[in-house]
Amino acid sequence: MGAMEFRYEVEGGNFSKAGHASSAVKKILKQLNVDARIIKRVVVALYEGEVNVVAHAHKGHILVNINEDEIGISIIDQGPGIPDIDLAMQEGFSTASAAVREMGFGAGMGLPNMKKNTDNFEIESQVGVGTTVRMTTRLS
Amino acid sequence: MAYEQFYHAIKVDESLCYGCTHCMYVCPTGAIRIRNGKASIRKEWCVDCGECKKSCPVDAFYIEQDDFDKIYDFKYRVALVPAVMIGQFPSNISESEIFSVMRELGFTHVFQTEHTVDVINDAMLLQARMAEDKPLISSFCPAVVRLIQVKFPSLTDQIIRVMSPVDASAIFFRKKLQDAGIPDEEIGIFYVTPCAAKIAGIKSQVSDRKSPLNGVINMDFLYNKVYHGIKNRAGRSSRSPGENLPNLGPKHISWSLTNGEAPYMKGRCLAIDEIHNVIDFLERVESEEITDVDFLELRACDESCAGGVLVVGNRFLTVERLRKRAALFKDIHGIPEDLEPYHDYLMNRLTIPTPEPRSMLVLDEDRAVAIRKMQQVRKLMCYLPGIDCAACGAPNCESLARDIVQKEAQLSSCIFIQRTMEKHKKLHGDHAIRIIEKTWGKDRLDKDCTKLGAKDEGT
Ligand SMILES: Nc1ncnc2c1ncn2[C@@H]1O[C@H](COP(=O)(O)OP(=O)(O)OP(=O)(O)O)[C@@H](O)[C@H]1O
Ligand code: SF4
Ligand SMILES: [Mg+2]
Repeated sequence: MGAMEFRYEVEGGNFSKAGHASSAVKKILKQLNVDARIIKRVVVALYEGEVNVVAHAHKGHILVNINEDEIGISIIDQGPGIPDIDLAMQEGFSTASAAVREMGFGAGMGLPNMKKNTDNFEIESQVGVGTTVRMTTRLS
Repeated sequence: MAYEQFYHAIKVDESLCYGCTHCMYVCPTGAIRIRNGKASIRKEWCVDCGECKKSCPVDAFYIEQDDFDKIYDFKYRVALVPAVMIGQFPSNISESEIFSVMRELGFTHVFQTEHTVDVINDAMLLQARMAEDKPLISSFCPAVVRLIQVKFPSLTDQIIRVMSPVDASAIFFRKKLQDAGIPDEEIGIFYVTPCAAKIAGIKSQVSDRKSPLNGVINMDFLYNKVYHGIKNRAGRSSRSPGENLPNLGPKHISWSLTNGEAPYMKGRCLAIDEIHNVIDFLERVESEEITDVDFLELRACDESCAGGVLVVGNRFLTVERLRKRAALFKDIHGIPEDLEPYHDYLMNRLTIPTPEPRSMLVLDEDRAVAIRKMQQVRKLMCYLPGIDCAACGAPNCESLARDIVQKEAQLSSCIFIQRTMEKHKKLHGDHAIRIIEKTWGKDRLDKDCTKLGAKDEGT
């Protein structure tokens, strides 16, 4: 049986729309009878990824691939990129501006939480070009 | 589906329903379809919030209630009255007048449900202290509890496992009468309900957990009876004031109104009313966008119970009157004297089990089949026009697509698809009319000058 593909656009700087991809994916997984705890993990990871594009990049898009066994998510953005990925992956590291912190983001927990909540996590980045995050999670 | 079906109290009177789309559009769970020209409610999806009844132009929805004479099956007949009942009467009518008319109507005792609020609040605080997942969600509104079961099954664990003031009051009053030597079978406890959800909640309790109530009486019905009684004896001197009942304090009077519970819980507490607002917020809670809130008071009705579907008075006026009352009785606190000795008895009986998740969203239990069905839905959506006109008898195009995949409708139910099929000579005009009649009723497209808004309306 085939897989399903979904695509969502993300606008840099628009915090009010951050979360639309994760709620759409949540709605899909609920219909597919996926365990609530797994949905939660997927949604948390995707939401953090969306917020990172909104907070740190210019624009991006999200590709979601779902088959019987797993969900694959790619978050691809055009933006400043991350100069030191190991540093960015550390809990508490953040370059978020005061304005972003004001909105309740910028604890430096996003990337570590994405890694923690997925079965497989990869990140690539090119300074001045953009960042791509790929995550997969088994559905049972 | 393996789940036991929901009992639901809202019914359609088919002799009144003429098949329009109002209820179908407002239903927050998409539980209504039109078939043969009448609204039909999907039992397992209905949360008994009453939105359909509120939107119906011809009052075709009704709420099942127990026959009033059922109270006479019992020698002792207790009415449990919530504060919003009092709030509906003009302020020149006193509480004691209302209660004495209720006695004349046949009740031997009247008790105000919110007297048990303080005990409930203690139990809620206790559970909140031990809770791991935040925010905790109040179990007060039965429509919200059901909404979470069907639409947000992952949040059922966060619902506070403490019963509502009504059930607590019923348990207390029964025990009090028993302790006075009255046998259980002579005690009938009836709740005067502002909403359908409460009725359904009582009737669908699992068999091993018997409801402490013997029946429910719809508030609109009793309001009319009481108001009539008061009007008819106005001026007469033969008042039977009955025993004086203890007054509710401000906390109790406001408990069922918006922001009634939230001020008495610890930490960051929010109060949200109206079911669409509640859904919107729960979506965010479920996505973990909101994690730093400790307690949520969620009510299905706008202005909470003052806006209940069986509350006759205007909800804003009801709130105003109750707030005034609360200010008047600002010095009253705590539980009434007769309840005090029962505090611990009640405390030990307030805990209820976590409501079972009953997702209505799952396309199929088998994931492979569910994926296939979702692919079919998405494919169908390529053809359906996305107008969401509801002329197919489903609330929107996506619902029709899901119904088709679940074999409960056909692609040709869509009137735009019908036109396309006719154009390509795949559907005969007469057949198309028959399809429309199947949804909207026979002869529906014939001229009818008696319909709402037409030349001879109502004749
Ligand atoms: N898509 C991205 N483009 C550019 N920089 C990024 C991107 N994602 C993360 N970063 C960099 O990595 C840092 C750490 O990211 P992380 O998501 O862990 O924390 P944060 O976004 O700063 O705060 P939080 O996610 O807790 O609100 C960010 O501050 C930012 O400098
Ligand atoms: S807000 Fe009150 S009246 Fe409305 S459904 Fe909930 S409990 Fe019933
Ligand atoms: Mg982040």
